[in-house]
Amino acid sequence: MPENTKETTTPVAAGSLEPVTLEVGAQNTALEQKTRPFHGLRDFTRRMYRNGSARVGFVLLIVVVGAAILAPVIAPYDPDLTNSPERLQPPSMQHFFGTDALGRDMFSRVLFGAQLTLQIGVIALSIAAFFGIAIGLVTGYYGGFIDGLFMRLIDLLLAFPGILLALMIVSTLGPNLTNAMIAVGISSIPGFARLVRGSVLTIRELEYVTAARAIGVSAPRILWKTVLPNAMAPIIVLATLLFPDAVLVAASLSFIGLGAQPPSPEWGALLVDGRLYIQSASWLITFPGLAIFITIMGSNLVGNALRDVLDPHLRGR
Amino acid sequence: MLAYLIRRLLVLVPVWLGIITLTFLMRALVPGDPVESMFFGKGGDPKVIQSIRVEMGLDRPLHEQYFKYIVDVSRGDLGKSISTRRPVIDEIGDRYLKTIILAFSSLAVAVVVGIFLGVIAAIFKDTVIDTAMTVLALIGLSMPAFWLGLLFINLFAVQLRWISIVGPPDFPHLILPSLTLGFIYAAVLMRLVRSSLLEVLSQDYIRTAKSKGLAIRQVLTRHALKNALIPVVTILGLQFGALLGGAFVVENVFVWPGVGQLIVKAISQRDFPVIQGIVLLVSTTYVLVNLLVDVLYHQLDPRITARKGAS
Repeated sequence: MPENTKETTTPVAAGSLEPVTLEVGAQNTALEQKTRPFHGLRDFTRRMYRNGSARVGFVLLIVVVGAAILAPVIAPYDPDLTNSPERLQPPSMQHFFGTDALGRDMFSRVLFGAQLTLQIGVIALSIAAFFGIAIGLVTGYYGGFIDGLFMRLIDLLLAFPGILLALMIVSTLGPNLTNAMIAVGISSIPGFARLVRGSVLTIRELEYVTAARAIGVSAPRILWKTVLPNAMAPIIVLATLLFPDAVLVAASLSFIGLGAQPPSPEWGALLVDGRLYIQSASWLITFPGLAIFITIMGSNLVGNALRDVLDPHLRGR
Repeated sequence: MLAYLIRRLLVLVPVWLGIITLTFLMRALVPGDPVESMFFGKGGDPKVIQSIRVEMGLDRPLHEQYFKYIVDVSRGDLGKSISTRRPVIDEIGDRYLKTIILAFSSLAVAVVVGIFLGVIAAIFKDTVIDTAMTVLALIGLSMPAFWLGLLFINLFAVQLRWISIVGPPDFPHLILPSLTLGFIYAAVLMRLVRSSLLEVLSQDYIRTAKSKGLAIRQVLTRHALKNALIPVVTILGLQFGALLGGAFVVENVFVWPGVGQLIVKAISQRDFPVIQGIVLLVSTTYVLVNLLVDVLYHQLDPRITARKGAS
């Protein structure tokens, strides 16, 4: 048990495991916890729970994820159901977030928009993580020509401001929601590739990798079974920190008309509709914007807390 | 210094060639024919399509098109817009200047607000004020620029009627977009200034300055802030790209006639020469700004020059 090992090494760390001795070294324990890596799932959960901003972040994300999962159950109306007599109604008990210009219930539309937003974030990140990790592992482990080639390519991609790269990809593939996800995914690849490559450069020199090589384990197996699991912590942290970026860029693309297209209830697309009625129906811009804000803030808070717990070295990146 | 500058400029040549190549590939990789795709599959007059293809050089082999593109771009010829038939450089024209004006005025807002609030947060470290600043920064970092823009329009133009949104691209119409983008980047700067200043304040020379009896304001302005702002300058350069990207979106909120508006129109019309022209100009600006920041960094931090001298 890693926790037992810790108990015998430092008395302060041992104190953190025993509720009785916790009070004695409370301050030192806090300091220790900020700097030492976590040990075991229990330690990880406890540290995340103790982190105030992580708690707030989790609550916000649970609201968004809950809205996405339960949308078909809790949405009072069909999100696409038009109802002309009830057009542009302000928020009320019948329509919590009011209605839009076609009389559609905004609360239901925002709930269903959560599904789209989470889908965009997860798919875009999966694309970025898959290709970024593959490139990072191969270039970091093998080095040489292939490393030089890919790293120059990554440097080149970084010469384009983030959203410009996404715009270039959308203009090549055509403006729609699927292509927006691909564009956001591709423009996040450089971050993953560089991070994984950096970790692999360190890990490949460690004794357990040399040992694996010495007993004849094949390179792909070493990468998959030995190197990748040990590079996972910073990858998870980066994924959490890139999630809000992905949501933001995708919503921005939809807002400028190059992502999800109306009548999609994607939040960025809802704001496009809302801005037309900004003078008479400000609720149309308030709630979809608030939903994007809550999602980004929740993931920022959880991401920062994860970074502090999983990988304190990443702080400030 | 001159040798350093020349070396850095030479390094830019392959980067710039890479940018041109990617920009070229962007059109070359379009599934199907770029001219036909402009007609959205509705099938334009074949004669017109063919004449546009010949004019754009699309009837020639890809490698020929590539070399011609490099030569043309190096001469400042960005081609003709497919939809308006005007030279791309004229299409972009002073729109580019408008985008740069928006980016720099936002940067000015971000620098003033960010440094001011960052210093306040550092001075009042671990107090309610510091916590309030952290919350404010978090709100700024989580706020989509287009939403903040819409909220500003609703507050200042619709509710308070202080400012009109529709109008010529003059100073009054620059205020809200600059504040929108500036506030968001102020959040990034504020956190950086705070942590950088706190690090500097723990240095020995600050203790010396304090112990010789300097007032806290003098310690801050004469010794601490100057050094704390060095890393901030680097981040400013990196953030400039994000700022340009943000300007693209904010222009579409406030109907500011910059290249952000133009690229959206060009993408929906599949007008590739215009898209390529904007991409080339913006990425070149970004690379040059980063070079400028690096040079500035060298000038600001005597330790770098000293290290170079010693080695």
